[in-house]
Amino acid sequence: MYDFDWSPIPRAIPFLWAGMKVTLQITVVAMLVGIGLGTVIAIMRLSKNRVVSALSAGYVNLFRAVPLIMVLLWFFLIVPSLIVRIFNLPRTANVQVTSAMVAFSLFQAAYYAEIIRAGIQSVKAGQIGAALALGMSYGQAMRLVVLPQAFRNMTPLLLTQTIILFQDTSLVYVSAVRDFFGAANIVGTRDGRIVELILFAGAVYFVICFVLSTLVKRWQDRLKVAA
Amino acid sequence: MDLNWHVFLEPAPSGGGATYLDWTIAGLKITVMLSMASWVIALLWGSVMGVFRTMPNRVLYGIATVYVEVFRNIPLLVQLFIWYFVMPELVPPALGNWYKQLDPVTAMFLASTLCLGFFTGARICEQVRAGIESLSKGQKAAGLALGFSLRQTYNYVLLPMAFRIIVPPLASEMVNLVKNSAVASTIGLLELAAMGRQLVDYTARAYESFTAITLLYIALNLIILGFMSWVELKARVPGFISGGGR
Amino acid sequence: MIDIRNVSKIYPNGFQALKDCSTHVDKGEVIVVCGPSGSGKSTLIKCVNALEDFQQGEIVVNGISVGAPKTDLPKLRSHVGMVFQHFELFPHMSVLENLTIAQVKVLGRKKEEAVERGLKLLDRVGLRAHAPKFPGQLSGGQQQRVAIARALAMDPICMLFDEPTSALDPEMINEVLDVMIQLAREGMTMMVVTHEMGFARKVAHRVVFMDQGLVVEDAMKEDFFGKPRSERAQAFLSKILSH
Repeated sequence: MYDFDWSPIPRAIPFLWAGMKVTLQITVVAMLVGIGLGTVIAIMRLSKNRVVSALSAGYVNLFRAVPLIMVLLWFFLIVPSLIVRIFNLPRTANVQVTSAMVAFSLFQAAYYAEIIRAGIQSVKAGQIGAALALGMSYGQAMRLVVLPQAFRNMTPLLLTQTIILFQDTSLVYVSAVRDFFGAANIVGTRDGRIVELILFAGAVYFVICFVLSTLVKRWQDRLKVAA
Repeated sequence: MDLNWHVFLEPAPSGGGATYLDWTIAGLKITVMLSMASWVIALLWGSVMGVFRTMPNRVLYGIATVYVEVFRNIPLLVQLFIWYFVMPELVPPALGNWYKQLDPVTAMFLASTLCLGFFTGARICEQVRAGIESLSKGQKAAGLALGFSLRQTYNYVLLPMAFRIIVPPLASEMVNLVKNSAVASTIGLLELAAMGRQLVDYTARAYESFTAITLLYIALNLIILGFMSWVELKARVPGFISGGGR
Repeated sequence: MIDIRNVSKIYPNGFQALKDCSTHVDKGEVIVVCGPSGSGKSTLIKCVNALEDFQQGEIVVNGISVGAPKTDLPKLRSHVGMVFQHFELFPHMSVLENLTIAQVKVLGRKKEEAVERGLKLLDRVGLRAHAPKFPGQLSGGQQQRVAIARALAMDPICMLFDEPTSALDPEMINEVLDVMIQLAREGMTMMVVTHEMGFARKVAHRVVFMDQGLVVEDAMKEDFFGKPRSERAQAFLSKILSH
């Protein structure tokens, strides 16, 4: 049986926590920007203008057709040099984290957009008609009547997608960005206890995601009863 | 930005007359093999677990539920590292030593296949469960009323319809599987995404390399979606509108 | 043939669907079970072939106790035919396959024998030409007739009908009732949950009236339609017969 030695973990907590902060940073930023951008893309997709609709569809289909790792590699190899060149900045770690946030935001936006689009379409067709009949403009109707209802319906799905995003941030492993999992790996390799650290990281992710997804499920069940 | 697509025909450092195009195709082959092997595990294991999640037997239901929760709440990358770095240490020494003796590529391929297979299996489990639960309760009752045992009812009545119903979501899972196979690059397997990185490193032609790899992933997606459309057509039940009866 | 003695069914949440119900069906008898929705009549009939369980009482079918732990339920069910409100034909099998699959897999008959039996029964319900078709291609009335044939293909000792015409459009109800009337006249033991009082008047021997989980009346047909003893049955009848 393997000889477990968990001692490096308590000592490394500050280091691991720093990594977790990066993970949370990326998750929160990508979620907010992703949902914002996703809403715009979803509305574009539902537009009667064929060009606008096609552009939006193209964006969504492109980002959903490629692995996230590919997108991250694209961003880490190409974008930092672009940013450095455009802004004449020194190549610091911050640029890397920013690239990661941009990459995740753009990627997640494609997935959020599909959820939001379905959410908007699930609002009864008569609602927008009723709003327009009251004299609201299309923009007002969307903002005051359709989107609030749509978001209430799709919040569980958006949250589930965010939990997936939280898990996906571990893929920054392929870059120089040090997130929670990256930090765990560094500690594990440095102290020769990679097995314990990987299992520890797995357990942490499991607890966080399991609790969050259970809460989302409870919320969904309550919504179903209320409907 | 000048693009040079001929770089693919230039000879690669691995020698023997291989071009960068050959490298790309080698990566593609590994991605395809990895995906197919994982899919077999995922479909078989996921289906069994999905059936367990619909059975009245609490033990089987519990096992399947634990499986789904564990494999859906741990990131794929972490799971891969567990299969590749941790499992060889935790299994009985005989098995562990055999694994460590394997040549590196086989070891990486094996870990990746198991990882991807069980990860995707959890998702397929939920699809199969949803498919079975979408059938009207009367179908199960009708099967039992004729004298079928529970197993016969699943085999002849519930599963044939459930699988037909879930062909579209299964197609999505296949596409996801191919995309997820890219994580294998992190442990060193030279599949398509890893090859993309190699190409950039050796040719310094980032745009061409990434465009080619991206196009290949898109092509794989289209092939899968096309194939599953054909499957859906073949499996269609005359006169039946998808959605699970009245 | 079917003996139901003091059966009670209580759901885990406390709701009691059946309260001390008792009745019986002798060989060759046709019993109609009627009552308002929620009266428990569907639940009761589903207890007879153990599609629903019950906590108290006893049900004996042809000498076999349905609730006993050792009872081979699939075997019992293969001898008791059931027809459902929503037909429940298997959509991925042709009409003929619907009829033969249980004959082959449960009764162990040879394929040729099963096919012959199936075609004969389809003939009997007037649907032989539809044998290669799929359920989705048939009308509701046709599907239900196939469902009856499917149950008959197992050579059952009795037939249970759970609101067989409730899901049918009015113009198709008669074609199904005609098959059932024919079956009754041939001497099949039948327990039928239905609102179709015309059918009851024609072929039923007894009528059982249920309300809120209780068997309120269990009378010979003439008595029931002539002078129902309970007020509830009276009210129910007047509502049913007025249209």
